[in-house]
Amino acid sequence: MIGYIIRRVLYAIPILIGVCFITFFLFYMTISPQDLARRNLSAKNPTQQQIKAWEIQHGYNKPKWQQFVDTTKGLFLFDFGRSDSVGGGKIITRLKQSWLPSFEIASLSFIASLIINLTAALIIAYFRGTYLDTFATSLCVVMMSITYLLYIIAGQFVLGRLMRISPIAGYLPGWESLRFVLLPVIVAVISGFASDTRLYRTFILDEINQDYVRTARAKGVSESLVLFRHVLKNAAVPVITNTVSAIPALFLGSILLENFFNIPGLGNYLVDAINNQDFAVVRANVFIGAIITIVGYMMTDIGYALVDPRVRLE
Amino acid sequence: MYALKSILCFSNLLPFVVIALLGFIYVRSKKQPLWAEAYRRLSKNRLAKLTLAVLAIYALIAFTESISWQNSRITPQQSIMDRVFTLAHVQRERTYSQPFAHYTTGEPHPHKLKGWHILGTDGAGFDVLLETLRGCHTAMLIGGLTTAIVTPLALLFGISAGYYGKGVDDVIQYIFTVVASVPSILLQISLLLVLGQGVVNICLALGLTGWVGLCRLVRGETLKHRDREYVRAAKALGVSNMRIMTRHILPNLLPIVIISSTLAFSGYVLSETILSYLGIGVPAGVGSWGNMIDAARLELSRSPIIWWNLTSASAALFILVLALNIFGDALRDAIDPRLRSN
Repeated sequence: MIGYIIRRVLYAIPILIGVCFITFFLFYMTISPQDLARRNLSAKNPTQQQIKAWEIQHGYNKPKWQQFVDTTKGLFLFDFGRSDSVGGGKIITRLKQSWLPSFEIASLSFIASLIINLTAALIIAYFRGTYLDTFATSLCVVMMSITYLLYIIAGQFVLGRLMRISPIAGYLPGWESLRFVLLPVIVAVISGFASDTRLYRTFILDEINQDYVRTARAKGVSESLVLFRHVLKNAAVPVITNTVSAIPALFLGSILLENFFNIPGLGNYLVDAINNQDFAVVRANVFIGAIITIVGYMMTDIGYALVDPRVRLE
Repeated sequence: MYALKSILCFSNLLPFVVIALLGFIYVRSKKQPLWAEAYRRLSKNRLAKLTLAVLAIYALIAFTESISWQNSRITPQQSIMDRVFTLAHVQRERTYSQPFAHYTTGEPHPHKLKGWHILGTDGAGFDVLLETLRGCHTAMLIGGLTTAIVTPLALLFGISAGYYGKGVDDVIQYIFTVVASVPSILLQISLLLVLGQGVVNICLALGLTGWVGLCRLVRGETLKHRDREYVRAAKALGVSNMRIMTRHILPNLLPIVIISSTLAFSGYVLSETILSYLGIGVPAGVGSWGNMIDAARLELSRSPIIWWNLTSASAALFILVLALNIFGDALRDAIDPRLRSN
């Protein structure tokens, strides 16, 4: 088992190097450092010396392979360097300040959606073949067709402005933050409800036609017990795979929600970087996103191996 | 005379090429039993026919926006849609006005409007209906072009990975694992920052991140087909690898590729609005629902509330995506009843 875990962790390293290569190729090879310096130096017509100085300051004067080795080494040691914009501070200090709000929103909405969507899917599956089922699945298709932006705008308007459930925007550290995080979490849960519930319903219905369910029914187990005890356990495997593969989607949520609700998290930092054309910050964000995703996949694989002895990496 | 010359250019020809291609594929596929059966099932499904009609209307609107020409050397390029709106006396106003209003809103002294506007006007005085219909064109263009990038890429990599296996498979799997491990929105943002704004660049960014899912699907399906008897028989007869992949395996993959492409199409349309909202999507001046929603969200705090801008853009987006989702599901049921979701 330990051997498997070690192998699985080692397997992540070439993938991370691949990610570094993609980001390096994008940000170092397709754009000349001169252009980059011109974009970032605030003077209207920077002199050659200013450009040279900027290039040296940000390490663009070295040969390409040296740059690749340096940046990759830096990323692996979590040393992201300085932001590209003029007077930009160290990226890592900004990241340390802003991970907590993002983590709060992402984790709360992740857990809340999992519980709510799974319960809803079980209820719909319990009433399968009835009008309630048809209505619920049609509602899911309709809700899936609405853009995330509209959910946020409408949620902010209805829940924040009209119903005054919690503050519309802003953030305070500490326990106070829960009050500010509530609205984004509600919006995130509602916007993800339809597609997940619809998918979980099919996972559950796939299990319902299995032999062991027929056996359980034949033994006289009640329908609700069959569903909540026997089926739920077996449907958990595809459900977990799906929730983990949804981790990259949390970044989209983080970017849009934090920007709309003015929460100083990672997503907002990224939006600032986009507006300032700050490539160093975007690169750091891409790397962190990749690490989180890879760790997520790794944990599911290891989880499978723990639960199911048949699964092993060859 | 100049108008005639300016109408004969590549961008005007493209829509006709697409229509001809689609028609050709329809006629060719109708001769094959599998597809004829699918069309028959589809034509019995009333909801599918309705959504197909809706999609046809969107395509028609996009078509009228994509054909454009100049009257003379000094006049600007005007599309068919622009000309229709000019004929209907729709002009640019000063600022906001409500649907069917006679005076502008939001000004201390309301001005009389020059024309009438079914869906009102936006902050810069442009007709909201015209902007919304322009958005149709952008959305269909982005969906279509991205699909045209994703599908060949995914088929090429997916089939060769599944068919050859071993080293080829390892390399391709490595590539798509790397791409898949970067959250796609982050990769799209990076690509667009480097490439710059623009409709074609959006399609490139969406395509270069979107091929991974389809590629994985195609690879898995190819693995299933590789050891089937018909492929072995072809091999035993000495058919070349290339011919086996394109003539024997590819037709068997088409149903699943078409279904997932239809369902992915709506995802591309939705992504466009998000990228435009972030300010790296469609440039200003090209009609886009994302830009309209972005501009409209701040106006909800005004009094009186400016709602028509947001409503018409999101309604147009909603109807298109809903129609695509329903049609995709119906197509899946028609092509392969075993895949039916319930």
